[in-house]
Amino acid sequence: MTLPDGRAVVEAREGDGATLSIHGAAIGDRVYTGAITFFALCVPLLLLAIAWEIGVAGWPTLHKFGFGFLTSSDWDPVKGEFGAAPAIYGTIVSSIIALVLATPLAIGVSLFLSELAPRWLRQPVGFLVDLLAAIPSVVYGLWGIFVLLPVLRDPVMPFLRDTLHLDKTGLFTGPAYGPSMLAAGIILAIMVLPYIASVSREVLLAVPRSQREAALALGATRWEAIWGAVLPYARSGIVGGVILGLGRALGETMAVTMLIGNRPEIAASLFAPGYTMASLLANEFSEASSDAHLSALMAVAFVLFVITLIVNGIARWLVWQVSRNTSGRTA
Amino acid sequence: MATERSNLQDDVSLMTRHAATIEAPPRMRVGSLDAYFGSVHAVKGVDMQIRDRQVTAIIGPSGCGKSTFLRCLNRMHETVPTARVEGEVELDGRDIYARGVNAIAVRKHIGMVFQRPTPFPTMSIRDNVAAGLRVIDGAKWSRAETDQIVERALTRAVLWNEVKDRLSTSAIGLSGGQQQRLCIARALATEPTVLLLDEPTASLDPISTQAVEELVYELRSDMTIVIVTHNMQQAARVSDSTAFFLNGELVEMSDTSAIFTTPRDDRTEAYITGRFG
Repeated sequence: MTLPDGRAVVEAREGDGATLSIHGAAIGDRVYTGAITFFALCVPLLLLAIAWEIGVAGWPTLHKFGFGFLTSSDWDPVKGEFGAAPAIYGTIVSSIIALVLATPLAIGVSLFLSELAPRWLRQPVGFLVDLLAAIPSVVYGLWGIFVLLPVLRDPVMPFLRDTLHLDKTGLFTGPAYGPSMLAAGIILAIMVLPYIASVSREVLLAVPRSQREAALALGATRWEAIWGAVLPYARSGIVGGVILGLGRALGETMAVTMLIGNRPEIAASLFAPGYTMASLLANEFSEASSDAHLSALMAVAFVLFVITLIVNGIARWLVWQVSRNTSGRTA
Repeated sequence: MATERSNLQDDVSLMTRHAATIEAPPRMRVGSLDAYFGSVHAVKGVDMQIRDRQVTAIIGPSGCGKSTFLRCLNRMHETVPTARVEGEVELDGRDIYARGVNAIAVRKHIGMVFQRPTPFPTMSIRDNVAAGLRVIDGAKWSRAETDQIVERALTRAVLWNEVKDRLSTSAIGLSGGQQQRLCIARALATEPTVLLLDEPTASLDPISTQAVEELVYELRSDMTIVIVTHNMQQAARVSDSTAFFLNGELVEMSDTSAIFTTPRDDRTEAYITGRFG
């Protein structure tokens, strides 16, 4: 028997041709290694290509306005004035609101599903939570417009402002229009919740039973075992899930655009409309006619890209910090 | 009485030790205990008396229900889904399965150490030992008091000299044997009256095993210990009385020396002479 490339296989088994079969295996391995290395390199190359493209396209604006592009609030395509501060501020604030609301809720859901829920309830509830991630962004936006905004206008916003007197904090003042930073933050919270909950649940289920038993055997209540043993064991994974959610929140476009009010101003009150970088791009990109305007939008995209990178870098570092203290754990 | 007993325990003669324990009331008494996992009947009608200040060993082949039996003694068995217990387990004459008894309170008096070391990985050595103190009702220790309790527990677990200079470092930096002694110290810190050991040396090397065995032998002087082991030599080395389990039943229980020299039951003899298991 002879292979297409002329190497004999039968002889290799019989005689001193052992090197032949070894040689053949090595070629297969090399092809395999080469192929998967190529695939692996494709992804970072794609990332670099994107960064390069938007960086080059945005460079004229970044060069012209310099640091002022990040700090100025003037955004006037007609006059050629471009400052992205309100959009940067809106992106960060709406994401923070989303995480503040979603994290405790998501951890609560995942704790319930992993620790407390009866077995028959875990699958269906977990499935429904995961299903939140499958709803299209624009549907969230529509739901926000028709359900969330009316509820926020009355009674939620007046309740926060007048009944709880939270207007003194400066965060909950001004007229309750509806479309606002708060509305965007709430819709983002609902959208990132399944990501955080899903990761947290997996991480909690991965905590060894022995850790729970060790705590219970010391006379801990179920709550004390969860709080003292299970959550600390899982915390690096949970932080990872929160960061995944943050990544989603920073880049989310459609639903936020429909609910945030799209006003490029920085206001301390969460009741006031705002803007995010993603919604700025979504609103203006199709209408941008001048090169300066296009370049400014590319510059915004580049800033969003860099902020996402920085946030993820910080997150990686956090996870590393947390897991460093628990590395080498025994199962 | 107490001094008499401790004097007697200094004497290694089995006869005197036996004589001393006959008059002592049992610390724990188990009456027709049945334990189930779903429909699996894991422990079948076990009666047993566990004597105070002695080491009681439970031996038997894998799957004979010895670990399950141990976990019934501090109500850990019921923490497993579908698990169920019937019968009585008395601690100092009070049934721990009686209505109105709080399982969590029971576990504070009956400590437990598991087969694999289970230090809390996010806590320091000191915090690991002090972990059980936080859950004792109404007890508030100052930092200095906690330090004292930690030192005492680590000293009793013969670990103090090895870790005293790195109490604030992570517990997972310790070796497997040290981690297991840390878990014993953690169980001792809350001053339980009974300590349950579930194959505590199964995952340890011979030197660590010896350290744990010596520790068990020492602890006997002021507490009641029940140790599950699949290692008959270990049972012979550390225990005062031995119970042999087979297929969920207690086949035979008597003085360790008696069970290894003159077993009454054929199955016990078959097991200890290595004919099965």
